[in-house]
Amino acid sequence: MIRKDRSVPWILVLLPVSAFILALFLGRYGIHILDTVRVLLGLDGPSDVFRALILRVRLPRVLAAACVGANLAVVGAAFQGLFRNPLVDSRILGVSSGAAFGAALALLFTSQGMIVQTSAFIFALVAIALVMLVGVRFGSSTLVLVIGGILVGALFNSLLGLIKYVADPLSTLPAITYWLLGSLNATQWSDLPPLLTITGVGLPFFALLRWRLNLLTVSDTEAMAMGIRVRLIRTVIVAVGTLLVAASVALAGTIGWIGLVIPHVARVWVGPDYGRLIPASAALGAATLILLDTLARTAMPSEIPLGVLTGLIGVPAFFILFLRFLRTRGEAQ
Amino acid sequence: MNLITSQLAFAYSPEREILSSVTLSLGPGDVMFILGANGTGKTTLVECMSGLRLPLRGSVTIDGQNLYQLSVRTRAQNIGLVPQMHEPVFAFTVEQTVLMGRAPHLGLFGRPSRQDHHVVGEVIEAVGIQHLRHRAYTKISGGERQLALIARGLAQGAQCLFMDEPVAHLDPHHQHDVMSVVRQLADEGFSFVVTSHLPNHALLYGDWVAFLTDGRADVQGTPGTTITEQTLKVAYDMDFEIVEGSTGSRAVLPRLYRNPNPMTW
Repeated sequence: MIRKDRSVPWILVLLPVSAFILALFLGRYGIHILDTVRVLLGLDGPSDVFRALILRVRLPRVLAAACVGANLAVVGAAFQGLFRNPLVDSRILGVSSGAAFGAALALLFTSQGMIVQTSAFIFALVAIALVMLVGVRFGSSTLVLVIGGILVGALFNSLLGLIKYVADPLSTLPAITYWLLGSLNATQWSDLPPLLTITGVGLPFFALLRWRLNLLTVSDTEAMAMGIRVRLIRTVIVAVGTLLVAASVALAGTIGWIGLVIPHVARVWVGPDYGRLIPASAALGAATLILLDTLARTAMPSEIPLGVLTGLIGVPAFFILFLRFLRTRGEAQ
Repeated sequence: MNLITSQLAFAYSPEREILSSVTLSLGPGDVMFILGANGTGKTTLVECMSGLRLPLRGSVTIDGQNLYQLSVRTRAQNIGLVPQMHEPVFAFTVEQTVLMGRAPHLGLFGRPSRQDHHVVGEVIEAVGIQHLRHRAYTKISGGERQLALIARGLAQGAQCLFMDEPVAHLDPHHQHDVMSVVRQLADEGFSFVVTSHLPNHALLYGDWVAFLTDGRADVQGTPGTTITEQTLKVAYDMDFEIVEGSTGSRAVLPRLYRNPNPMTW
C-alpha cells in the first residue's frame, strides 16, 4: 500500500499564494484586500494610485522575495543531501562570499543597482569556478568541494575586508554594510529579469530531478552501484544550484538561515524523501521570505534589513528544531 | 548468472599492485566467501568485480559480456552492492531506502511508479522485513539494515550481490538472520560474493571460498576442502585448529599456547 497524504499538494500552492496576496495588501498605505485582488485580476475599481502602488512597487518586491526564498530553500535542501550534512546551506561553496565581494567592489564606484547586481553575480560565478577547479584537480569528492568552498569563501571574505577598509566611511561603507545585511528594498521591475529567468529554469530543473537527489544522500560507492553517475550529477546540481543562489544573492544581498532552516522545517512536515521535500522547501521558502520581507517593511517606521530579520527568526527556529532532533535521538529530555 | 573474473590486477599507486592476478568464477545460486587478512584488498576486489573500479589488467565477464563495457544502468540492473554498515544522515523509511534501488530502471527525471512500489513490496517480503516497511531506516537494528540493503540490491533487479563484511558489528543471532536470508536467496538462484573475517561463516554458509593473499586468490575451492589449518596459517599468519562438532559441522578455532596446567607453576 502506498501511503499518500493528499493534503500536502494543496497546502503547497495555498501557502505561498496567500502569503503573496497578504504581502501585496499590507503596507504603509492601507489598501483593501478586495481591491488588491481586483488589481491583480485586472478588474476596474481601485484608483490608479493603488494600482501603481501594487503593480509597480509591491509586486516586483514580493515576486523577488518569493523567488529568493524558494531558491535558497531548494538549494539548501539539495546541498544538505549532496554533502550528506544537515548543517550545510547554500553558502557552503563560497558563492555568497564571492557575491558579497562583487557587490562591494561595484559599490566602491557606483550605486547603480544593475551594475552592483551584475558584479555580485559575476563574482559568485568566479567563486564557484575556483571551487570547481579545485574539485576537478582533486577528484570532486564532497570533502574536496567543501574544503574548496571554505578556502574560496575565506579568500573573498578577506578581499571584502580590504574593500571595506579602503571604502569611504561616510558614503560607500554604509552602502556596503547595508547591502551585506540583505534587503529587497527598492526592488524594481527592471531588477527582476535575471532572477526570474534563472529561477524559471533552475527550479523546474530541481523539481524534475528531485527523486534522484535521494540517491546522492548515500555514499558515492553505493550510488555508483545503483547506476548513478555521481560526479556528473553532483557537478550539474552544484552548477544549477549556484546559478540560483548567485541570482538571488546578487539581488537581495546575503540572506542567511533560509537555506538552512526551511529544509529542516520541510523535513518535519513531509519527511526526508526529496520527491516531496523539494516542492515543500520551495513553497515554505517562498512563503516565509515573503512574510519576513513584509514584516521588514511594515514592522517599524524605517525598514529592518531582511537579512537581520531572517537571522532573528531563523536562530530560534533552528534551536527548536535542534532540540527536537536531540529528543528523537534520546539525548535530551 | 555467470560471473567470471580472470587475471584481475589493480593498483592505487604504480609502485604497489594491491591485486596482481585474481581469477574467480561464480555461477547462479553460488555463495562465495572471500577471506583474507586486513589490507589484502578484499574491498578493492569487490569494487573491481562489481564494476565500480576499472582494473589495471584482466577482465570480468557477466554471462559472457565484458562488465566494463556495460552502461552504468545495465550494470546496476545486474549487479548490486551491499556496503558495510553505515549511519545514514536522513531518516528515510525502509521502503524509501529500498525504493532507491529502482534508480537504474528510471530515467534521469523519473519518479518511481506504482509498478516500482510493487517490486519494492515484493523484495521487502523476500527478505522478510515487511513489518519494518514504514519504519525509519535509522531506527532499525544493524541486522535489519543489512536485510534492507539486500532488498535494495534485489530491487535493482540484480542477480548477483556483493556484500562487504555484511555481519561485522552484528551479534551471533543477527549474523545468522542475515546469512540465512543470503542462503535462502541463493537457493532461489541469486549469487553472492561475501567478504568476511569469519572462516566459520564460509564453512557454515558458503559454497565456495577464496583466500586473498599477496594480490592473488590461488587458494580456492569448496570450504570443506579449502579451509585447513595450513591455508589459515598462510592467510592469517597464525595457528588454528579445526574442530568437529557433534552434528558433523566443522569450526575453526585459534590455537592458543597457554600453560596447560596453570596451577602447577
